Amino acid sequence: MNDEMKPRRRKHGRRSPLASVALVLTGLLMTGGAYALFTAATPASASVDLTSTQTIQEGKKLFAANCATCHGLNLAGSDSGPSLIGVGAAAVDFQVGTGRMPLAKDAAQAPDKPPVFNDTQVKQLAGYVASISPGPGIPAASNLTLTGDATKGAELFRINCAMCHNVAGAGGALTEGKYAPNLMETSPSHIYEAMLTGPQNMPVFNDDNITPQEKQDIITALKTQSKSETVGGFALGSLGPVAEGLFIWIFGLGAVVAFTVWLTAKAN
Amino acid sequence: MANDTNLPGHDGPSDSLVPVSTADPGTAVERSDALRNPGLPPHRLRVTDTDPKKAKTAERVIVALFYVSLVGSIFAMAAYFAFPIKPNDLGSVRLNNVFVGIGLSFALLAIGVAAIHWSKVLMDDHEGIDIRHPVKGDPKTQARAVEIFRQADRESGFNRRVLIRNGMIAAFAALPFPAIFLFRDLGPSAGTPAEAFSHTMWKAGTRLTKDPTGDPIRASDVTIGSVFHVIPEGLNDTEDVLEEKGKAAVLLMRLEPGDLHVSPEKRTWNYDGIVAYSKICTHVGCPVALYEQETHHLLCPCHQSQFDITREAAVIFGPAVRPLPQLPITVDSEGYLVARSDFHEPVGPSFWERRGDYNV
Repeated sequence: MNDEMKPRRRKHGRRSPLASVALVLTGLLMTGGAYALFTAATPASASVDLTSTQTIQEGKKLFAANCATCHGLNLAGSDSGPSLIGVGAAAVDFQVGTGRMPLAKDAAQAPDKPPVFNDTQVKQLAGYVASISPGPGIPAASNLTLTGDATKGAELFRINCAMCHNVAGAGGALTEGKYAPNLMETSPSHIYEAMLTGPQNMPVFNDDNITPQEKQDIITALKTQSKSETVGGFALGSLGPVAEGLFIWIFGLGAVVAFTVWLTAKAN
Repeated sequence: MANDTNLPGHDGPSDSLVPVSTADPGTAVERSDALRNPGLPPHRLRVTDTDPKKAKTAERVIVALFYVSLVGSIFAMAAYFAFPIKPNDLGSVRLNNVFVGIGLSFALLAIGVAAIHWSKVLMDDHEGIDIRHPVKGDPKTQARAVEIFRQADRESGFNRRVLIRNGMIAAFAALPFPAIFLFRDLGPSAGTPAEAFSHTMWKAGTRLTKDPTGDPIRASDVTIGSVFHVIPEGLNDTEDVLEEKGKAAVLLMRLEPGDLHVSPEKRTWNYDGIVAYSKICTHVGCPVALYEQETHHLLCPCHQSQFDITREAAVIFGPAVRPLPQLPITVDSEGYLVARSDFHEPVGPSFWERRGDYNV
């Protein structure tokens, strides 16, 4: 009886680590696949006249119901939210359009999430905020044609953006829980607006610093990059030494250790 | 084989112990509890030794592994032709690398695994001991060696013609020294390295220009919250662009003037809240450019040093020990930002000749 139990238990014990690895891998693949499916870019094509009275009226109602608690009824801000005087339509379109606003909770940084408002509502809010005090406007479609010079754009990106957003646009960590987000899935207009308005801890890159043409070059470079295939094998998120080091430490050294154990173990 | 207890150095008296028979009985220590040589564990038979069926299976596995290797080699050759590298098509390089690599990996790995498996389960596995032979030669060999050395000395005159010998030693000793002069040429062509480290291209009146275009920057272009990556005017026309840029690169930021805590002697170094700091980290020289416009902290990506721009780039975290050197700036008659002078201390990490009294 006892002798029969022994080999079975050993067999079982040997199988389980592989099974858990397979389980984790399957889980990761499914999560990644689902994420890739659900975050497919939704093109915004609604054309709303930002200056029409109706837009501004609708925007005012939305603002009073959803934003005024923190930003104040007259946009002057409060203890819980900054003033919106002079931020312009571009800032509203970026913050609300990427789902960063309304804020879900007080954290180091507002993350992007599925937007609460549809595109028309976002534009109405933007029109209302811009009507109270002017600021940078939503970029015209002619500035987002993706026909810029990708080579020049990549150079500008490396000089002005890559230190935070990673040379491959994969994003990176900042201090105390803040981070620069991944730019591969960001829409051209949101990239443009972020440069123009400097959301949260990102500095402002106004049109005197990076001209509209140069902004278009940068966006072209990013979009070229997100479409290009990786030729050097697994990119591992293009995160650089951390991801690559972790991979080689776990899988590379893991294989070396496993082979060493097998080499020195006596045969049955 | 020799797996009995008859190993040298264990049963007989060792050098450090006085033999019991010759010692004074009063002080002799007999190590009756000395560790005995336990010998080798009994030889354990493998399943392949006892069960011919298992041995046959193992044999098949090993043969199969060698065939896997064979298939891998053929696969690699086939893949080389099936996925040719086309000019200007990086995707074809990837396919070629992946499939040739998979073939070669299996070809090599399978040989290794098969060889080890063969030796572990089928080859004879009896334990054996090779006794180490003494290192010291016998007196005859030693005497012969000494004789050879003496003869060589006699015939060459190495110790007789001292002048020649010392001349040779001097010649060899001097040989490495030209390298110093050769390697010195890797450093700056004019002045000592310390002088080169101590100065940058910036001087009074040099315009601040945008990296990489070299377009000058007006003070009015720099809105609050902006960051400009700055190079000195004319950098792109110099001979050593990268060397000069590595020292002169500057980060330009505009804060609310009220947010800046300025020490009295640096009162004129900023222009209406516009400040310029060296981009070269004082720790080991990485470019510090991760500026958070809400906290006004600058983060170095290499070792997480943090500098507080509101307090003259004081170090608030990380391994850096000195603040980033500040470039004194003002505007010229046309409204463009210009340097008031060079940095007042060497930029970047410490070096041997760096004076201790520069700043901190």
